[in-house]
Amino acid sequence: MVDRRSVVVGAAAVLAGMAMAGPLPAAAADPVRVGLILPLSGPFASTGRQIETAVRLYMEQHGSQVAGRPVELVVRDDTGTADLTKRLAQELVVRDRVAVLAGFGLTPLALAAAPIATQGQVPQIVMSAATSIITEQSPFIVRTSFTAAQATVPLADWAAGNGIRSVVTLVTDYAPGIDTEAAFKSRFTAAGGTVAGELRVPLRNPDFAPFLQKAADLKPDALFVFVPSGVGAQFMKQFAERGLAQAGMTVLAEGSVTDDDLLNGMGDVALGVVSSHHYSAAHDSPGNKAFVDAFRKAGGGARPNFMAVGGYDGMHLLYEALKKTGGASDGPALVEAMKGMSWTSPRGPVSIDPETRDIVQNIYIRRVERVNGELHNVEFATIPAVKDPVKAAKP
Amino acid sequence: MLTLLFDGIAYGMVLFILSAGLSVTLGLMNFINLAHGAFAMAGGYVTVVAMNRYGVPFLAALPLAFLITAAVGLLLERTLYVRFYGRSHLDQVLFSIGLVFMAIAAVDYAMGSSQQLITLPAWLQGRVDVFGVAVGLYRSFIIAVCGVVVVVLQLILTRTRFGSRLRAAVDDQRVARGLGINVNLIFAATFAAGSGLAGLGGALGTEILGLDPTFPLKFMIYFLIVVTVGGTATITGPFLAALLLGIADVAGKYYVPEFGAFVIYTLMIVVLVLRPHGLFARAR
Repeated sequence: MVDRRSVVVGAAAVLAGMAMAGPLPAAAADPVRVGLILPLSGPFASTGRQIETAVRLYMEQHGSQVAGRPVELVVRDDTGTADLTKRLAQELVVRDRVAVLAGFGLTPLALAAAPIATQGQVPQIVMSAATSIITEQSPFIVRTSFTAAQATVPLADWAAGNGIRSVVTLVTDYAPGIDTEAAFKSRFTAAGGTVAGELRVPLRNPDFAPFLQKAADLKPDALFVFVPSGVGAQFMKQFAERGLAQAGMTVLAEGSVTDDDLLNGMGDVALGVVSSHHYSAAHDSPGNKAFVDAFRKAGGGARPNFMAVGGYDGMHLLYEALKKTGGASDGPALVEAMKGMSWTSPRGPVSIDPETRDIVQNIYIRRVERVNGELHNVEFATIPAVKDPVKAAKP
Repeated sequence: MLTLLFDGIAYGMVLFILSAGLSVTLGLMNFINLAHGAFAMAGGYVTVVAMNRYGVPFLAALPLAFLITAAVGLLLERTLYVRFYGRSHLDQVLFSIGLVFMAIAAVDYAMGSSQQLITLPAWLQGRVDVFGVAVGLYRSFIIAVCGVVVVVLQLILTRTRFGSRLRAAVDDQRVARGLGINVNLIFAATFAAGSGLAGLGGALGTEILGLDPTFPLKFMIYFLIVVTVGGTATITGPFLAALLLGIADVAGKYYVPEFGAFVIYTLMIVVLVLRPHGLFARAR
């Protein structure tokens, strides 16, 4: 038993000590906790692994001290289930007192955590999810990945400018798919092209045969495709099996379809696919070469994909924001510091739009080619500083 | 149009091979084995590992998938399943679904969660024109293999001594035992064969359906639909049901894409309302 007097004396001593030392050094010892919520098991585990490897790589390269404060990572696995994401976010904010929430592999997961970020006044760094509306769900959400529409619109411009007159769209029937379909269609028709058909494939669809047959019957110049990254390989195989490439149909793909993580395993069927995205492991810059080499070492030989670069840049954003605030980690100050931040990422120059807190970045048009024996998305055109077109179109 | 029919048939054939084993365990042995998809997944992974890691040709990998999955099925039947034959259906469901989750976690741990890809031999890739109908070579191959499997199964079940013993064991276990039929042995062999078929289905389906650790959950519904619509009493029931569902699914997605994902479920509801025991149920 501790008697009351000794507690009072002790408390007084602590208070006196704090008064003498001043408030700053006390705060300096206090770590900045980062709650990283990712799908580390289940169907989307590859997303989680890419991001976690990249985040740890960044901390290894840049030290775990920023502006005098140690940065601590608390990693949680949400298995890709939105209600679990919400519960974990709540636990991290309330019990672990994290200063920042980060990760979020899929749109529903990011949306589930948004109310927690708002109520807890904790910045939420979205490193992967790609639906436009996400950043509108909380003033504390900042995104370092991309939006599906942002990656798509430049492809519509490219198609219209390169002799493609009619296109059939084939997208997976969920929010990012519908976003890309709408973005592609409005831009492509505005540029004088026609969309001959819009096909929506159910999310859990094992066989593309009927959809590809429909596309073949409509005889467009090109087929625009957006499917979640894991399904891309299956799609490409069935496309090739049907002989549509020989029939003169080009595949235009949102970059997730030719995901760097899986591209090499797809084999020659993927050759020649034109896609648009913000990151390719083959991006030609010294910064990216260093990043790819370091990632391969850290990730057991795996190639970094666009998820990894989102995680890497998310950590960079947090580190720079902490430097700017001098180590202060309250939510509003951090978000304020992140707004308008610009830097050179492995993917090229990027910045955070101060109005929407969404990322502004170059979009590259790439073609799948064999480089040094491996399949890569080789960039051949750049559209600089693209903003999310969905939010830009709103008044 | 004919191409569509052809694609539907090939899809239905894959569904049938995948579900054939389930219709045997569910219909003949009266055991609800939700872990059936896990055996199919095992077959798929055997093929992937054999082809990509050991360079086994595709045609040799198929029997390998059948045999290894059958062996695993036999082992599990002898050690685990046999304890659940007499238990209630709820126990069986809980047990087998638990097995599914363990299989998913184990495969995820051992092989990673990404899609597994195989490369078919060149003579199975692409398509040819047959009387003006474009026909995929691999899909024709599937139809041929499955056709042979159906005929062989039907013959075994109706024309051999083993088949008649199996039917006897199912109709009345006690009397069959009394007549000196080794019911345990027959059930074990049947279970192993069913698992092996699922493995073969998984191996054949890898190219068309894709393969990742969530495979058993993704396709559980499809297996169950095929078996319920087909009725569990015969081999021909699930076979025709699988063809019907395959064709309806492909045609539905082609002609009414907005409604495409629901076609097979609607079909299932209609069939079950009209014939609660399935299309081809035996009179009970």
